[in-house]
Amino acid sequence: MRLKAQMATPDQAGSLVAEARGPRQRSAWRTRLTKLDAKVSPYLYISPFFLLFAGFGLFPLAYTAWISLHSVSLQNVDDRTWVGLDNYSRLIHDDQFWNAVMNTLTIGLISTVPQLLMALGLAHLLHYKLRGSTFFRVSLLMPYATSVAAATIVFAMLFGRDFGLINWFLGVFGVDNIDWENGKWSSQIAISTIVTWRWTGYNALIYLAAMQAIPKDLYEAAEVDGASRWQQLRHVTIPGIKPTIVFTVIISTIGATQLFGEPLLFGGAGGYRGGADHQYQTLGLLLYEQGWFNFQLGRAAATAWTMFLIIMVAVAVNALLASRGRSAFTIGRRRRQA
Amino acid sequence: MTVAPASVRRRFERRRVGGERRAGPLTYAALIVTTIVAIVPLYWTVVAASRTNADIAKTPPPFTPGDNLWSNIRSALDQVDMVKALLNSLVVSGSIALGTVFFCTLAGFAFAKLRFRGSTVLLVLILATMMVPSQLGVVPLFILIAEVGWVNQLQAVILPTLVSAFGVVFMRQYLINALPTEIIEAAVVDGASTFRIFRSIVLPAARPAMAVLGMLTFLMAWNDFFWPIIALSSQNPTVQVALNSLGQGYVPDRSIILAGTLVGTVPVLIVFALLGKQIVGGIMEGAVKG
Repeated sequence: MRLKAQMATPDQAGSLVAEARGPRQRSAWRTRLTKLDAKVSPYLYISPFFLLFAGFGLFPLAYTAWISLHSVSLQNVDDRTWVGLDNYSRLIHDDQFWNAVMNTLTIGLISTVPQLLMALGLAHLLHYKLRGSTFFRVSLLMPYATSVAAATIVFAMLFGRDFGLINWFLGVFGVDNIDWENGKWSSQIAISTIVTWRWTGYNALIYLAAMQAIPKDLYEAAEVDGASRWQQLRHVTIPGIKPTIVFTVIISTIGATQLFGEPLLFGGAGGYRGGADHQYQTLGLLLYEQGWFNFQLGRAAATAWTMFLIIMVAVAVNALLASRGRSAFTIGRRRRQA
Repeated sequence: MTVAPASVRRRFERRRVGGERRAGPLTYAALIVTTIVAIVPLYWTVVAASRTNADIAKTPPPFTPGDNLWSNIRSALDQVDMVKALLNSLVVSGSIALGTVFFCTLAGFAFAKLRFRGSTVLLVLILATMMVPSQLGVVPLFILIAEVGWVNQLQAVILPTLVSAFGVVFMRQYLINALPTEIIEAAVVDGASTFRIFRSIVLPAARPAMAVLGMLTFLMAWNDFFWPIIALSSQNPTVQVALNSLGQGYVPDRSIILAGTLVGTVPVLIVFALLGKQIVGGIMEGAVKG
């Protein structure tokens, strides 16, 4: 365009004058465009995240509360009848619901607590100067790369009563065959083992990354002060990675509340029941049974919303404990400085 | 400061080679035991999948692979359509990985190098979404896809996961360090638009991190379980849906079930074995800020 204006013949002088003003106008327009670009583009670039999260994360979650006040059948999702809090009063009077709450809680505790403690210890070991550290890190992460479905199918067989490798191994030490699937505690321990197996290495790497960010001179100072390795772990490492610990505790709590795949596949056929006596039915499985086997989506939504409230409370408690711990820590430090 | 006795100092120095303390034999022993625990279930899958059902019921159980693998895999493929499942998983995980890498690099670039109002608040908001249990929205989400006729369609599992908070934070972190701000300022002076800068400067610089994020996302998408189970069925399964049918089905032969499991797991384990170092690096990179 600009080139055309320069090549214009003299008899087009009139238009040439007009064109002569062109570049300046265009550059003004361009500046405005550049300014607009600088102002609007960042929002445009981050918008896919917010749009997708709003559409497929936040909105369905909030809408769950609304659905939970209706009776909705899986076979005809458009036909919704307002039932108020009926779905919730049914839940509260349902033994199977309370059973699922307790199972979720106990499985959550026996899978999360040992898992995070072991991850912490493992990270401490990986923090040493090691030969073959990449080998250790990669192999410890292999369980994480294995899917829930595959891991559970394999572990269900390892925990088999008659031919399972684990009972065979225990038998070497004179332990009688354990009926892992049918006992309440044994099945919950077995399921927690699957969760722990899959996630310990991953959490260890997260902790290790945080440990590597702790300044080395803190350890040197501790060593000069004559602190043992155990004391260093307690007084330097753990306070140093505390935000990470809080993060993993919260994420694990959220994960444990929604536990689904492991109990579903652990018992084989009809897994949504969580065992013959619902002995390992979690809230996630109950939700699945209500919605996709009893075809009552309204009740499933009520269970989902209840799980959401449980998670909110659990996260709040975690955050509270963490902030309390932090203030105790800073008070301790201040006293030491004084 | 008092000077430490020579003996103490010497011990101190010996343990300090390279800045970190050397591991003792006990550390190695503990790590080797843990590694064995991590790997034995996977190794045993290979062993059991390559033997007959009668073999794995023996006492003591076999510890080396047999020669029945191919016939077991063939029987497993008769039970569930694992070929279709593998192709579907490839399409689903590939699309999710590509979409996530693109959108997260774009957003990561905006957070790392562009100045805009409210960027800090928006970044914190993205971090906070990691703690939102969006899985619990399954009921309305299912109603939604039922209404638009997407039940059993792959787009139902692709669309909701095309971007991730982890990815945004991860790409931002990488671009802050990898891309000098001066280059971008120079490009702005030359009159390049932000998208031009993204295309010509950011994308080439971000390539290593994009590869890591792509692999991690592929892995997570491949292993995703809850939503695919609800949105898809055995008529159009991903690998995890097929494994669910296999594990909950009435196949009595354990070596056949494990052969099917192996087929569905080997692709990710191969990716992992080849690129495990980078994946480990990616997880640790993302963790520091996460």
